[in-house]
This record gives sequence, C-alpha cells and structure tokens, in this order.
Amino acid sequence: MRWIWIDRFLEFESGKSAKAVKNLSTAEDHFRDHFPGYPVMPAALIIEGLAQTGGILVGEANQFREKVVLAKIAKTRFEREMFAGEQLIYQVEILMMRPEAASVLGKVFVGGVQTAEAEIFFAHLDQARSKQMFGDHNFVFSGELKYLLGLAKVASQTGKDSPG
Amino acid sequence: MATKEEIYAKVSATLIEALNVEEDEVKPTSTLQGDLGAESIDYLDIVFRLEREFGIKIPRNELFPEAVLQGDPDIVQNGKVTPKGIEDLKEKMPFADLTEFAKNPEVNNFSDLFTVALIARYIEGKLAAGKN
Repeated sequence: MRWIWIDRFLEFESGKSAKAVKNLSTAEDHFRDHFPGYPVMPAALIIEGLAQTGGILVGEANQFREKVVLAKIAKTRFEREMFAGEQLIYQVEILMMRPEAASVLGKVFVGGVQTAEAEIFFAHLDQARSKQMFGDHNFVFSGELKYLLGLAKVASQTGKDSPG
Repeated sequence: MATKEEIYAKVSATLIEALNVEEDEVKPTSTLQGDLGAESIDYLDIVFRLEREFGIKIPRNELFPEAVLQGDPDIVQNGKVTPKGIEDLKEKMPFADLTEFAKNPEVNNFSDLFTVALIARYIEGKLAAGKN
C-alpha cells in the first residue's frame, strides 16, 4: 500500500491554499477492521490527508528545499464520522510561514458541509543538522510524495479545476 | 492600547490553546516547561500564536533566546551561566527579571525564567515600542 492519503489536488495556490480530494473506497484495507460492517475512515488517516495536502503546500512555497515534517496538531475537531463511499474535500490554508516552521488550518468537507477541522504545525528540519544526519537528499519529498508533487504541479498550472 | 490586564488575558488564552491546558492551571508564576508542560516545538507554536493574536513580529531568539545558551564557553561554563553570560542575557532579555536566576545560574534552571508573567511583560514591551 502506498502511503498517500489524497487522490489528487483540485486547486493549488502557491504559498496560500490548496484543495485536494480523497474518495473513500471500501477496497481500502483498513475498512475491513475499522470496523467490520461499519466502515469508518480512521480519524488519524483523515488528519494524515490534511497534513499531506498542507505539507505539500508548505513545501512548494519553499521550492521543496526544506524538509517539512509534521510537528504538532494543536487543535482538531470532528463533527461526525466519515464512511466508505463518501468523498472528502481537504481545504488547507497557510496561517503562518517562517524560515523555521509553518502552520496551516485544514478543513474537511463532505457534500459542501464541514465535517472536521485541524490546526497543523510543521517544522522545517534544521538545515545544518538534518544535512549531517540525512545528507542532501530531501527524504520528505521523495518517492510517494513526489507522485503527489506531480499532481500539485498539474493543479497549479491548470488553476481551478472542477471535476466534481 | 491594550491594558496590562487585557494583555495578560490574551497571553493566557494563547497558552491555553497552544499547550492544551486548563484555564485554572495558567497563573502568572506558572513556568511554561515545568508547570504547563511545554516542549521545544511548543515554543515556536506560542510565538506564531502571539504574533497573530497581537499583530506583532517576534524575531527568532528574541522571546526565547535559545542560541544564547548553546555551547559558547564564554557564556556557559560547567553547566552554569558565566557573569558575562548573565550580562548578555540582561541585554537580550530586558523583559526578564534575572535577579533570582543570577544567584544560582545553572543552565538547567534557565527554563524556569519563562513564566506566563514574563511573556505578558514581553508583549507589553513590544506593544509599547510599536506605539512610538
């Protein structure tokens, strides 16, 4: 399984906001156990989807030079459970952006109604120290997330896109 | 211009949000780390929130001058801040009362300086400076 919890970007405004879609499919493994006969999307995976949307938004604003890592979820609120078969829209905006960190406000919508909200804080790994530990390679924006980057680029180039 | 009480109330509300603590836990003398459980990333979060709440800019290391105590042998020796280091801190942190800390300036005690009241004093200074 690939650790990608958004399907694609719908909108992407550099340094400002991003919108992504995540369709919840019964074929996703976790629905088998969470819960049998009652397929609820785990809240942590919804947060992960918001964090991926926000992390790419923050990373792109710095041309992916920084290693952006999820550092803290200060506040989160779920209005209801979300089920297999539903389409989640992740809307994220940058609240603050500094050389050492960034924070975003993420909201989840289903059918135009807000179902969850989270304030997510990202740290930029210390340049000097992370270089020592991990080398020049930006391990955050590689592999699976690179695939998402491609999607983000498409969304930012085509501007607003409304498939659904 | 916000009054001292208004500033304190906003600082207190900011810390309750950032550190997820109860209102009655936040007192002027509460230390961020010891009493309210702040960890390193929380300090940045607090700075972000204060900037937004008060519409000010807080340059890195101004409110929480971590760099002051990192490794410089002129400033820290044998786990204690040197007299020169204390002078340095006084200059960089005019909003802090270093009298008690200077009596036993162990680096480990440094975090105890950062109380709710200190943050409020810092903000008062920033707002007053911004007015001029």
